[in-house]
Amino acid sequence: MSVEPNIAASSSPLTAVPAARRQQSSMARAFRNPSVLIGGLVIVIMVALGAAAPWLGTINPTEPHTSGRNKLPGSEVTVRDDDGKPVKIAYRLGSDNLGRDVYSRVLYGARISIFVGITVAIISVIAGMIIGLFSGYIRWLDPIVMRIMDGLMAIPAILLAIALVSLFRAGIGAVILAITIPEIPRVVRLVRSVVLSVREEPYVEAAITTGTPMLKLLWRHVLPNTIAPMIVQGTFICASAILVEAILSFLGIGIPPETPTWGNVMAAGKDVFYLFPHNIFYPGVMLALTVLAVNMLGDGLRDTLDPKLAKRV
Amino acid sequence: MIAFIIRRLLATIPVMLVVAIFVFLMLRLTPSDPAAIIAGDNATAEQVADIRNKLGLNEPIVTQFFIWGSKILRGDLGESFFFKKTVAELISDRIEPTLSLSLFTILLAVMVAVPLGVLAAKRHGSIVDRMVMGFSVMGFSVPVFVIGYSLIYVFASELRWFPTTGYRRIHDGAGPWAYYLVLPTLTLSVVYIALIARMTRTSMLEVLSEDYVRTARAKGQIERKVLFRHALRNAAVPIVTVIGLGIALLIGGVVVTESVYSIPGLGRLTVEAVLARDFPVIQAVILMFSFVYVLINLLVDLVYSLLDPRIRY
Amino acid sequence: MAAPVLEVTNLTVAIAGGGDRANAIENVSLTVMPGEIVCVVGESGSGKSVTSQAVMALLPKGQLRISGGSIKLEGDELTTKSQPAMRAVRGKRAAMVFQEPMTALNPVERCGDQIAEVLEIHTDLDAKARRARVLDVMRSVHLPDPEQMAEAYPHQLSGGQRQRVMIAMALVLDPALLIADEPTTALDVTTQAQILKLIREMQVRRNTGVLFITHDFGVVSEIADRVVVMQRGRIVEQGTKAEILAAPREAYTQMLIAAVPSLVPPVRVPITSQVTLETIKLNKTYGGRSFFKPSGRVVKAATDVSFQIRRGETLGIVGESGSGKSTVARCIARLVDPTSGRIDLDDVDIARMSERKLRPYRRRVQIVFQDPYRSLNPRRSVGQSIIEGPMNFGLPHGEAIERARNLMGLVGLSPDALDRFPHQFSGGQRQRIAIARALAMEPVLLIGDEPVSALDVSVQAQVLQLLDSVRKKFDLAVLFITHDLRVAAQICDRIAVMQRGVVVETGPTANVFANPQHDYTRALFSAAPGQGFGHRIGAGKIDLVPAV
Repeated sequence: MSVEPNIAASSSPLTAVPAARRQQSSMARAFRNPSVLIGGLVIVIMVALGAAAPWLGTINPTEPHTSGRNKLPGSEVTVRDDDGKPVKIAYRLGSDNLGRDVYSRVLYGARISIFVGITVAIISVIAGMIIGLFSGYIRWLDPIVMRIMDGLMAIPAILLAIALVSLFRAGIGAVILAITIPEIPRVVRLVRSVVLSVREEPYVEAAITTGTPMLKLLWRHVLPNTIAPMIVQGTFICASAILVEAILSFLGIGIPPETPTWGNVMAAGKDVFYLFPHNIFYPGVMLALTVLAVNMLGDGLRDTLDPKLAKRV
Repeated sequence: MIAFIIRRLLATIPVMLVVAIFVFLMLRLTPSDPAAIIAGDNATAEQVADIRNKLGLNEPIVTQFFIWGSKILRGDLGESFFFKKTVAELISDRIEPTLSLSLFTILLAVMVAVPLGVLAAKRHGSIVDRMVMGFSVMGFSVPVFVIGYSLIYVFASELRWFPTTGYRRIHDGAGPWAYYLVLPTLTLSVVYIALIARMTRTSMLEVLSEDYVRTARAKGQIERKVLFRHALRNAAVPIVTVIGLGIALLIGGVVVTESVYSIPGLGRLTVEAVLARDFPVIQAVILMFSFVYVLINLLVDLVYSLLDPRIRY
Repeated sequence: MAAPVLEVTNLTVAIAGGGDRANAIENVSLTVMPGEIVCVVGESGSGKSVTSQAVMALLPKGQLRISGGSIKLEGDELTTKSQPAMRAVRGKRAAMVFQEPMTALNPVERCGDQIAEVLEIHTDLDAKARRARVLDVMRSVHLPDPEQMAEAYPHQLSGGQRQRVMIAMALVLDPALLIADEPTTALDVTTQAQILKLIREMQVRRNTGVLFITHDFGVVSEIADRVVVMQRGRIVEQGTKAEILAAPREAYTQMLIAAVPSLVPPVRVPITSQVTLETIKLNKTYGGRSFFKPSGRVVKAATDVSFQIRRGETLGIVGESGSGKSTVARCIARLVDPTSGRIDLDDVDIARMSERKLRPYRRRVQIVFQDPYRSLNPRRSVGQSIIEGPMNFGLPHGEAIERARNLMGLVGLSPDALDRFPHQFSGGQRQRIAIARALAMEPVLLIGDEPVSALDVSVQAQVLQLLDSVRKKFDLAVLFITHDLRVAAQICDRIAVMQRGVVVETGPTANVFANPQHDYTRALFSAAPGQGFGHRIGAGKIDLVPAV
């Protein structure tokens, strides 16, 4: 461990050793954290369900069946397909007001939710990191960027997303954009706060005095400090994006209603909720489970990778 | 103090200006012609041209902004295309339910969440702590409308303790008014309670490791007083901050809750306006909510100085 | 002979979960008599603070636990007492003063109320009687204008006043035992002298037994009746002050005492080589009014600072916190931009150069920072840290590595350690690496910004020797920033004394120490604890012969 025993002897064993231990095993510890394990497992199951949807006994999730409207879970109906042949449909989780199979729609819905969640997380983190790094490091740029971010943050996130979707033709791209933009200022603020504190670190100042150019300095000494908080923050953004997407769909202003998403299933079911609660119940449970899993993953990662983040909120 | 308030009010100007510019540009930056968007899909070319003229869309964009801005400052929020009323009238019709629901929620949430958070911090690592944290993660994860429909299902459909949906105005009697707001308030407060309880716990845990807490113990002070006399007051600033920032979450929740419970408030108005592409209403609602949000956080800043003598303006 | 106030016998405190040692302290036995000050002295990790926390039953829950031995307060066994029973002891019969008065006082409660709280807990006095007692005790610790001070919040007081409030709080109920855990470490030297005097005075007047935890032998020689030396959780030796300081028996104690630099500077030959650095009327002001901060005060961190450093010469800037000494260093390293004035480096003014033009000059000025744990990037190997600079200036990788290997040897570390990461090194070793990194740039001026202040005294001596030898070897101009007069006396050719941003006195070290001209310099020097104590730091090895 120590290079020169005579010097090491005078150092404090109480401070030196735990630091070493922390450094080496934070990733390993993250994978042993129960929140990370449970959250990760549920996410893997959800991804698998979405990916394997065609082979799990589903039917076309967008096809309406006039004779199969509003069926309770477990009902079976016989409908005619395009060629006029009778086909038996088993509505495992019931059907909606157009006779679409809730089971199929819920499974396929996992695809959209997780896709939107991950895409929003990645885009907003990358965009926020680039803006935040430069804003935190270039003094003249900082006030301008921060005023714009303050302005965007002054608009409550869901409201901003609602406003943005209203501008575009409904579609998944528009929804992703609308959810991403309100998240960016929060990432920028976080990255900037990390940059501002790292910039004061003596090792960064040492790098300045040894003539390290700015881009290299940011890349080598500042950026690595933002990785752990960004992984954590990205996870939380993913959870919130899945929620917001569902809310937009539920309100009827998100992804077009025929597309199978959890929010759309619930939107279709809300008027007949008192008679057929399954339309809300099943997608609601899936949605809550998924978001819960992502949030647990985030909490676990934060506790192991970046304990300081808890204070920043 | 008064000088500080004035200064802070002035400092909100750039923020509100960014919001205003964004709201103004919303329509102008869409790929399509705003006049065509407003006129709707079935409008004739003359109708579109008429709207162009009426909106002053043929003027240079900066002129347009100043015309629009000066109208807003005079309280002229424009006219709704869909509701055929002035926007100001619309908003004043719809403000009471939203205000009632929000105030009830804030009150309930603060009263429940702060003691929960203190308890969790005091019994750090115990079963109580885990339950509070578990509730808090759930609160962030279960979508507002799933909570809403679950409550309706249990307490309205099955137990019939409360009405399923609807709203009674306060001048028709405070009893029915409060009665109809019980379920919506519970629904909306879950996420807010989760947020505040979590922050209270974090902030208390941090303060409990401070030296002055150790000093209090070294004086022989009993634990209860250590907790309330020394810790909670020092932990208050982040808690108050999160109450202020949480208003954004609350506003998002209002939109959904009002839709679930068919409450004719500003949240419902927002959704209706987006569905009808009624842009003057959307713009006004965003401006107003943002303004309220900024003002509340200004108020929070003022509260700081009451809580912490180190903060002087 | 009276009964001891505190009698600790064979006390062992176990570390939960083990770590690399099972016990934080082992078989510690010591006594404190009434009216006696017992200093527990040791380096970091020696277990001296754990001992004091164990006595107060304030060990961090779940981490440390008393596993054996006994603690008797006035004959009353404490280790078996429940927490409620201990509460009746704490504050009343045994009280404690902590290191950092700013964080030890509740920031949102008035000072008077915090003192009164002790009376609320342990007495039945009514509010009026409490107030009278509070003002009384505040007067006795010489707080000016107690009526007003009682209404003040901690942040409105100075560091020394805050520590007086802490002492008042500890002594208001006349406890038999006062535990002072590094009570002056966070204070400036002039304030420290006053607080030490106060503790002495209070303790004599009230016949209190004091357990005084410190790392500073100067303080020990100033205040102790008896001394307990600790190392790695065990007591090395104990005895009267005279025994320990003048004739230590154990090698560890001898080494510790020998490593304390003397306040008497050695005689040095004046250096007359060419001037490397000259500052002319250097100014740095912070803040100022702006639209959003109309109340923003202008802080003059440095005012008209002018000095010269010659090749091969060490100039020390000494001063207390807030004197602006670090600001000057950071201006010269161009980590902050000076407001006005010249910084001539080999006759080229770099004070207002743009970053682009400055680049070739950057390599000539290198800086070693105070905190060894933060001055190396934890994610990069020390080799990468050392070669980064030379490679920025175009040195090929192979040559840079070769240079790094040589420098590692030069600073006394193994060249094979280049692949290791900073966390694998101790504080002193990291400071050596930081010096190697600076030398890799082949600078003409080396700035040390409190480079040994975070180190234990034995390590400090070694790093000081290293700095001195590289100065000689490379004929470097060295700017040495320190608050520690002992260090300054031993390492600097000339010193400049700063107070509130102004250089009040400058001259050859021996002259300034022997015959200080300015009032502030005189006050500063006379406040240094343990005047006659300490040893000369020799050129190659620690000189064991006490200076005159």
